[in-house]
Amino acid sequence: MYKTVFSYVGKYKKQAILTPITIMGEVAMEVLIPYVMANIIDKGVNKGDVGYVAKMGGVMVCMAIVSLFFGAIAGRFSAVAAVGFAKNLRGAMFRKVQEFSFSNVDKFSTASLTTRLTTDVTNLQNAFMMFIRMAFRAPIMLIFALIMAIRMNGKLSIVFLCVIPLIIIGAALILSNAHPRFKAMLAKYDDMNAKVQENLIGIRTVKAFVREDYEKKKFNDNTEAVRKAQVHAEKLVILSMPLMQMFMYITIISIVWFGSHMIVGGTMELGDLTSFITYVGQILMSLMMLSFLFMMFIISRASLQRIYEVLIEKPEIVSPASSEKEVADGSVSFRNVSFSYFKDMSNLALEKINVDIKSGETIGIIGGTGSSKTSLVQLIPRLYDATDGEVLVGGRNVKEYDLDALRNNVAMVLQKNVLFSGTIKENLKWGNPDATDDEIISACKSACAHDFIMNFPDGYETDLGQGGVNVSGGQKQRICIARALLKKPKIIILDDSTSAVDTATDSSIRTAFRENLADTTTFIIAQRISSVQDADRIIVMDDGKITDIGTHEELLITSAIYREVYESQQKGADE
Amino acid sequence: MPPRKNGTAPMQKPTDVKVTIKRIFSYMYGFKIHFMLVVLGVILSSMSTIAGNALLSPIFDNLKEALTGGKWDKKEFIATIGVMAGIYAVGALSSFMYQRIMLKVSTTTLMRIRNDLFNKMETLPIRFFDKHTHGELMSLYTNDTDTLREMLSNSIAQFISAAITIVGVFAMMLYYSWVLTIIVVVMFVLIIMVIGIVGKHSSKGFIAQQTALGKTNGYIEELIDGQKVVKVFCHEDAANAEFDKLNEELCEAATKANTFANILMPIMNNLSYVHYAATAIVGGIMTVNGFGGMTIGKLVSYLQFTRQFAQPITQVSQHLNAVLTALAGAERIFKVIDEEPEEDNGYVTLVSADIDENGNITEASERTGKWAWRHPHKADGTVTYTEVRGNVELDDVYFGYEPEKTVLNGISLYAKAGQKIAFVGSTGAGKTTITNLINRFYDVPDGKIRYDGININKIKKSDLRRSQSIVLQDTHLFTGTVMDNIRYGKLDATDEEVYAAAKLANADYFITHLENGYDTMLTADGANLSQGQRQLLAIARAAIADPPVLILDEATSSIDTRTEAHIEKGMDQLMEGRTVFVIAHRLSTVRNAKAIMVLENGKIIERGDHNALIAQQGKYYQLYTGMFELG
Repeated sequence: MYKTVFSYVGKYKKQAILTPITIMGEVAMEVLIPYVMANIIDKGVNKGDVGYVAKMGGVMVCMAIVSLFFGAIAGRFSAVAAVGFAKNLRGAMFRKVQEFSFSNVDKFSTASLTTRLTTDVTNLQNAFMMFIRMAFRAPIMLIFALIMAIRMNGKLSIVFLCVIPLIIIGAALILSNAHPRFKAMLAKYDDMNAKVQENLIGIRTVKAFVREDYEKKKFNDNTEAVRKAQVHAEKLVILSMPLMQMFMYITIISIVWFGSHMIVGGTMELGDLTSFITYVGQILMSLMMLSFLFMMFIISRASLQRIYEVLIEKPEIVSPASSEKEVADGSVSFRNVSFSYFKDMSNLALEKINVDIKSGETIGIIGGTGSSKTSLVQLIPRLYDATDGEVLVGGRNVKEYDLDALRNNVAMVLQKNVLFSGTIKENLKWGNPDATDDEIISACKSACAHDFIMNFPDGYETDLGQGGVNVSGGQKQRICIARALLKKPKIIILDDSTSAVDTATDSSIRTAFRENLADTTTFIIAQRISSVQDADRIIVMDDGKITDIGTHEELLITSAIYREVYESQQKGADE
Repeated sequence: MPPRKNGTAPMQKPTDVKVTIKRIFSYMYGFKIHFMLVVLGVILSSMSTIAGNALLSPIFDNLKEALTGGKWDKKEFIATIGVMAGIYAVGALSSFMYQRIMLKVSTTTLMRIRNDLFNKMETLPIRFFDKHTHGELMSLYTNDTDTLREMLSNSIAQFISAAITIVGVFAMMLYYSWVLTIIVVVMFVLIIMVIGIVGKHSSKGFIAQQTALGKTNGYIEELIDGQKVVKVFCHEDAANAEFDKLNEELCEAATKANTFANILMPIMNNLSYVHYAATAIVGGIMTVNGFGGMTIGKLVSYLQFTRQFAQPITQVSQHLNAVLTALAGAERIFKVIDEEPEEDNGYVTLVSADIDENGNITEASERTGKWAWRHPHKADGTVTYTEVRGNVELDDVYFGYEPEKTVLNGISLYAKAGQKIAFVGSTGAGKTTITNLINRFYDVPDGKIRYDGININKIKKSDLRRSQSIVLQDTHLFTGTVMDNIRYGKLDATDEEVYAAAKLANADYFITHLENGYDTMLTADGANLSQGQRQLLAIARAAIADPPVLILDEATSSIDTRTEAHIEKGMDQLMEGRTVFVIAHRLSTVRNAKAIMVLENGKIIERGDHNALIAQQGKYYQLYTGMFELG
């Protein structure tokens, strides 16, 4: 997992490696400085040699400047490396998501993908920066300081050997116990946030049922649970600070005690003791940093895991190696097609579908909620793969085509459609980036969108907010149809794409289709019988199966379901 | 629908730090003693470090004397070490104590702020939710409280400790040598200047980073939300190219911001070394010349002080950014808490009633199934009771979500108890707005809307809403079981009542086919159910509440016409004896209404029953025959 994710450091590897190296320079200075300090006291102050003090003082200032230099470029390198790493990760994930097929997107859900690309990446960026700055600094500091201390006075350093293992054991105990508690705390957090979210979305429901107090009580229970979990987890962590302090104090006292005896015994210089105390600080500080780092590591692990899941996800559907780039015509055949969203033959959305559609035919599809109308047509542009059997377009299995070629020839107007921020024209150009104004206008006329677009003050340059907020439902659907038409496809699929369009406009769209797109195979999924009744053939679906195929007149006689739907919509009008 | 504001609030600096801090502290009520203990603990802990170091000085002097031929006073040495150990022990203990207390104080404070925020949010008018995006409000609970938590649990103690350490160390330095302290003051000024310069660049950088991050995340959200469209149009490469551009911009801004933040620490650290060197040189000269009573022991301690002096300043400067962000977040939270709650001056309340054969109404202490409005009259102190029947009357109502844009232009209508009234018309004609006024999601001037003859502004909002059930187009379910969700309409409903309501809504069949039947957990706004199934649950939820007035706002829009035909009987039964307002897109749904109101531009342009309206050959006829667009 780590290898995969961290390989995205990529070209910032140089900086990522240079960071600890430059930090080593900084640390070296930091460790040497106390040594200089000791000399200042021993050889300068003690001997009354002001010249020496001044000289060494100058050396120290130079060292500080060197240290500053290293520190500053390390800061720069670490920023470049961590931010660059985040950029690469974000870019890689975004690209990956672009490769995802529908089933991959379904698996993660769009909300979760968004969080993974935003919050999780930021978390990891911060952790990574901390890591390359500290992970080397702390051990290097520890080792340098230990070496200096041992060189200065080996005997006195034995104190460290006694204290360090104790500290490690203490920190390990705290951290290992804290981890599950933190996980539990995060789960409580999620619960609380979920409560807020559902109250935001459902505020009208809450108010309509006068459930404010009920929700308040529930939320207050949530926050209480969060508080308890937080205290439970953090009360362990706050132990670490006094514990470290305690160890530090014990070490200082032991060193002063033994050191003083050595000084009196003449085996140690006075200045060395001061430096030694400085080393105590450095050694313990780096141990503290290490334990803090470990904590960060545990917390960011969750984010890392979530990013990894996206990165290793295999796109379900990819173009074959030697692919066909040309789609011969708009004919479509389903041969014994079964389909399951879960690839489970015992839980089928479509069962043994067999149908042949000639190029240029107009096909209506009717069926109740959950009868798998959408599932059927989604197999044509290969948004999902059939679980069993084969789908042919232009006489070839869809799996043989280059995906872009197939989808450029099979235009689909989705049920849950979206327009993106930008102008109407920019949105239309999704269908064909090189479309001329004339082509755009002609597509919009076919979709009955031209007139209302021209009624906007800015016409085709009208800016749509995110989600296309300032057009009505029916207008949005017509823009989406025009967008699909601009592709000049051989097959066009309208998945309940005119539900918000009035029947008169609906009918003129169909007329325009007949006139301008006579050679294009057209699929129309609709709730309204009127939308499909003049199709060449109508497919009636129920529970994942085709129950009947025929013209409107034929079906009124042969299909009970069709008749029932027809009557439910005609009742009243005939009275 | 009222207009929505898009986008999230930009990162801001706190506007009034003092007021905000004071307000945060006001949430620590009941913790006065705790807080005093914390301050005491911080003082003791900081003092112990200073005092412990100060004790090094006599030890060193003692040693120096021994080295220069004097006698080493071992007794005094042991005594000093003992005192040192004692001081350190107190230090470690008090540090543990204050952190433990602070944990309790900070988590409780945070909980109180969260509760206050949520409790306030629940009372806010719908208008408030129109003006703020979910993302914006959600980030109050996540980002803003998180940074606040950081501040409460770390920064407060840090700041106190830093202040005490700085003051304490400074005092000790002054006491040891005022000459050397001049160097300290010079250094301090220098440090403040550096923090000022770097800090300014860094916060500028962070704001730029935040803006770029907002743009990039916005693009991610939009594109991932429309991922399926991207696929259908093979737009992947274009999306990648656009994203790379934004990502690159973000990278640049973030690198700049983080570089400044990262550089601050080495600068501070090394400035303190320079300080140390300067002090050593001057102090060395002083010691040699015996100037100002400087001794080697004093100098050693003094040098330790210079290190201790630098540390808290570095820490504070590192925390400064976090604290400012937290305060800005706290301000956003308090702004919501300060919002005006939904206004409710109603005093007419809903009570259970006994009604005898003469129509006399007496208040009942138990649920009787009959309801009455309890109407106290202020003038003479009497109380009258009116039976709840469900008569609704609108008299020349004008209304706009924004003052300059009226949505309803003089609506008058009268719905008798038990009647079914339907609204049809295109999007923005004002259908939903009328129902929003009837349950007082929005308010209109006095006397314009009357309920059983009572001005609805006089009726307590909660009681008014309790007397109505509403099924919305976007059904919202809550985390919990199917059973819990239906019971939401009547919290004390028995299991049998729940089953009956589900059967009425034709939901029983699919519920019993769910994995755990009525005990199936619904998650994330009922995502595991289809839109149609969710609407059936919402109908069951409204049914169990058993109110005299029912509002169905596109309640069956996602249910296909065949299923709708199947649940028609249940719906009829549900509507039986109630005043029902129906908004439907599909005209087949409203056909059997007693009166159909055709709305256009906030006016009722036609009214009558289906046959009358068809005969009239007006707008309704056009809609019905499909010559006019809905949606």
